[in-house]
Amino acid sequence: MREIDSRKITDAVAEKLIEINIDLDSSICNALKASLETEESPLGEDLLQQLLENSKIAAKERLPICQDTGVVVAFVEIGENVRIKGMGLKEAINAGVARGYEEGYLRKSMVSDPIFKRINTGNNTPAIIHTDLISGDKLKIEVGAKGGGSENMSQLKMLKPADGPQGIIDFICQVVEEAGPNPCPPLFIGVGVGGTMEKAALLSKKALFFRPDYRNPDPELAQFEDQILTEVNSLGVGPLGLGGRTTALGVNILTHSCHIASLPVAVNLNCHAARHGQIEL
Amino acid sequence: MVELTTPLVSEELKNLKTGDKVFLSGVIYTARDAAHRRIVQAIEEKKPLPFPLRGSVIFYVGPTPTPPGKPVGSAGPTTSGRMDPFTPMLLREGVKGFIGKGKRSLEVKEALQRFGGIYFVATGGAGALLSHCIKTSEVIAYEDLGPEAVHRLEVEKFPVLVANDIHGNDIFEQGIEKYRIPQRR
Repeated sequence: MREIDSRKITDAVAEKLIEINIDLDSSICNALKASLETEESPLGEDLLQQLLENSKIAAKERLPICQDTGVVVAFVEIGENVRIKGMGLKEAINAGVARGYEEGYLRKSMVSDPIFKRINTGNNTPAIIHTDLISGDKLKIEVGAKGGGSENMSQLKMLKPADGPQGIIDFICQVVEEAGPNPCPPLFIGVGVGGTMEKAALLSKKALFFRPDYRNPDPELAQFEDQILTEVNSLGVGPLGLGGRTTALGVNILTHSCHIASLPVAVNLNCHAARHGQIEL
Repeated sequence: MVELTTPLVSEELKNLKTGDKVFLSGVIYTARDAAHRRIVQAIEEKKPLPFPLRGSVIFYVGPTPTPPGKPVGSAGPTTSGRMDPFTPMLLREGVKGFIGKGKRSLEVKEALQRFGGIYFVATGGAGALLSHCIKTSEVIAYEDLGPEAVHRLEVEKFPVLVANDIHGNDIFEQGIEKYRIPQRR
């Protein structure tokens, strides 16, 4: 049994959340720079430049990239031989969220009682935590700060198996087109296909955690992702939805086996400020 | 490039066209979902309002907490569509400008034409960049709402684009149509 002090988890989560909210990952800056080459709209190009400039200012002045510092989503992989000493895993992560959002001057955007009172919880907790038990003695936590604007424009549909690959492309394009400017394009598109309703949704969120330079190891899926990206970028939505070529910077798909009658497809949209980070303890 | 100073008057808004770049200076007020609900309720119940509506500009934003030594935190626009149900009433009460991101409803576009108001967009996700144009920030109402409290901001050359002018034009429809590749989609 390997023991991990819960304070280490709290410290690491707090630090990582501050970092991802302020320092835009270099792979995302590179993707934005590359899109300048293909963007045909002069306004679109100007907006992409502004986003790059924004990331520089944020890093230099230690300001969040975006005022919506999001809901914290954590994917945890915990080894069977790990025992956490002190607080429980979820408590330790939430303590890290509370501290990171306070010390980092990040916005607290969570409300409790979502139907009636909608009261701000005051420290951006609770995080949305997904935990997987794996073999070994490592603890891996992937954290994301997910903005509300893009989350609101995400959709899930139970397609028919006969709809096939074209049905999936059509649905994704429909989601992106309906979303228009709201999710702050250029987007990252996470797609979950298969499983059940909730599994597809979970996969679509997990697919957003890949960096833009990640290439799907399955060649058929990699090609399918390229095809979807081309289709999405022909919609004309463009940077911030004001028209242009750069509607999305990346598409990632995760799949799972499913029932003979089903083809669940979840499309989770992320704004250009995709904020994700990894912790390994 | 057009320069405008708040409070805005209808006369100077007539010449603005969708797509125009505008630098806004003066005092603007922040309000998002929960603050809108309270302002509209205050109007209906004829109770005191957090700021004078006539000629005012409302910025849909919930800034990040102000770090030491700075006038404001990161402050970019939030999605405007969520405020659509409240906007026609605010226009009727004299609000002249709104800053946000994303499309507006048909009702809002009609009300902008009827009451002579402009919907501006600022660059979504550029909150650090935009904060440079905000010189002072002060919470003036609904402090209990946290990030949704109403702030009074003094801005200098705050960069926005005219998205919906008072003639019924829409920047999103025009822009997307121009770059759509119809043979593909």
